[in-house]
Amino acid sequence: MKTLAFTKIWVRNARVWHSHILATLIGNLGQPFLFLIAMGYGLGRDVGPINGLSYLQFIAPGLVASSVMYAAAFETTFGSYTRLAMQKSYEAILMTPLTVTDLVLGEVAWGASKGLISALIMVAALPLFGVWPSWWALGLLPLLLVAGIFFAALGLIMTALAGNYEFFNYFISLVLTPLFLFSGIFFPLDTLAPPARFLFSLLPLSPVVDLARMLTYGRFEGPLFLKIVIPVMVTLATVWLARLLLQRRLIQ
Amino acid sequence: MTPLRAVSGRVPSMQTESSPQDQPLASPAGTGAPHVVVVEGLSKYFGDRLAINDISFAIRPGECVGFLGPNGAGKSTAIHILLGLVRRSSGTIRLLGAEVPKHHQEVKAKIGVVPQIDSLDPDLSVEENLLTYAGYFNIPRRQARHKADELLAFFALENRRQEIITHLSGGQRRRLLLARALINEPQLLILDEPTVGLDPQSRHLMWERLDILRQQGTTMLLTSHYMEEVARLSNRVLILDRGEIVAQGDPEELITEMVGTEVFEVEGTDAELDRLAAEFSQCDATLERASGKLYIYTQEDCTRLVHLLGEQRTWLRRPSNLEDLFIHLTGRSLRES
Repeated sequence: MKTLAFTKIWVRNARVWHSHILATLIGNLGQPFLFLIAMGYGLGRDVGPINGLSYLQFIAPGLVASSVMYAAAFETTFGSYTRLAMQKSYEAILMTPLTVTDLVLGEVAWGASKGLISALIMVAALPLFGVWPSWWALGLLPLLLVAGIFFAALGLIMTALAGNYEFFNYFISLVLTPLFLFSGIFFPLDTLAPPARFLFSLLPLSPVVDLARMLTYGRFEGPLFLKIVIPVMVTLATVWLARLLLQRRLIQ
Repeated sequence: MTPLRAVSGRVPSMQTESSPQDQPLASPAGTGAPHVVVVEGLSKYFGDRLAINDISFAIRPGECVGFLGPNGAGKSTAIHILLGLVRRSSGTIRLLGAEVPKHHQEVKAKIGVVPQIDSLDPDLSVEENLLTYAGYFNIPRRQARHKADELLAFFALENRRQEIITHLSGGQRRRLLLARALINEPQLLILDEPTVGLDPQSRHLMWERLDILRQQGTTMLLTSHYMEEVARLSNRVLILDRGEIVAQGDPEELITEMVGTEVFEVEGTDAELDRLAAEFSQCDATLERASGKLYIYTQEDCTRLVHLLGEQRTWLRRPSNLEDLFIHLTGRSLRES
């Protein structure tokens, strides 16, 4: 049972979430849905099809991926930092048999869960916009879970380094917003000039957007193996780093 | 030079009177059990700053040890080291018979902590706070519910069960923190300023409950800046200053030995106080002058000199107390650097 100790942290966070479920769902889903309407419906009418997809169809899977990013990263920055610095929850938890590793796994699992919940609600709502996913879309589940773990761990790294809430403005402006704009959600990367294409394809959200689009419509192309293995490796390394930095922050 | 006393806690008299059928809130200490805490040669550096300098102490089952010291003396650091929240620089620690930090996970299952800073989950209800915390100890759900009921009754929080923490008063929150610390039936209870910021009513209620726990044989380590609290609850005190233990032992004995039996506090002009000081040297007493006051700590009965004080505007005669000992050992100047 010891290896599952982190689920206790997950349960704790789920209990708290339960008490203000509506506010967090609107917070997490508002932005991607508004973008879907403004860009997909508003702008999309004047944009021609891309790779045989309407513009709305083109951007929908990427926006689902971005909702995972935002929900997971916000949970482990603003949410986790509140637990760390304001509510002293981490200190309370570390006075019990739970360890920093349990804490990190629990927080990351929770952040990833919130990301997944947001994404699933978005996917379920896509038919309202005339976007019908294929059966392959079931494959989104593991993909978005890995993406959720990655962005939750990335957020937790920021929390381990943060001295105050303002610190997260850097994270949002310099990391999340560029990822949102340049990871191939709104325009295809493969038609860009090679240097830009290379640069943008290195962004951690890019393979997620790419795979999400393939899975949503069941159309696969390109070297899939690396697109799967590399993000998984990077995700594991990110969790490891989050644990290291949080350990350093919590145990002097 | 302050005398350092050997570890000599007296066994609490009530310990043998609580029977196992009483359903004690915390496990009573077994008789003849080894020390609950043994710290030897513990030191801690934060960078170049020596926060704890080679301290050694031990706590026996059933003892309540008061851990005193000015702000910054190293009390909280020492407690955090015991709990593995701060790494030691050197020294050995045994808690409940096991070496730490090596066995911290097992040991922490048997320790309860009331932290200095409130760390309740503000969005959860009173009951959910207890059940969530029980989960961290992997206590089965049914057992946790049963224990939570018992603790809520004991701490007069029964009718607040479904209340969100932000709606509780300061006293209720502190009682809930203590209840939470007992959810795992700890063999060692660590209380870091448990009544800080409470009104007298709430403080007395906390003391009553802590006294019951102590009588049931719960081993406690208590830090506080309220000397009355420590004097009431502790069988033994450890006084820490600048990272070193400057005295340890039975508080009454320490006070008599190091301060005296009675204290006269006299206000007056410098000339008056000089004259009084000279007169009181006929009696076995220690004198101290601080901010326009003369303090006379008597080591024998100085009643025969009391008439000398009659002319002074303001004077006070009282038994010596723990605060006098504390000031005697750690001085009157502020310590925050």
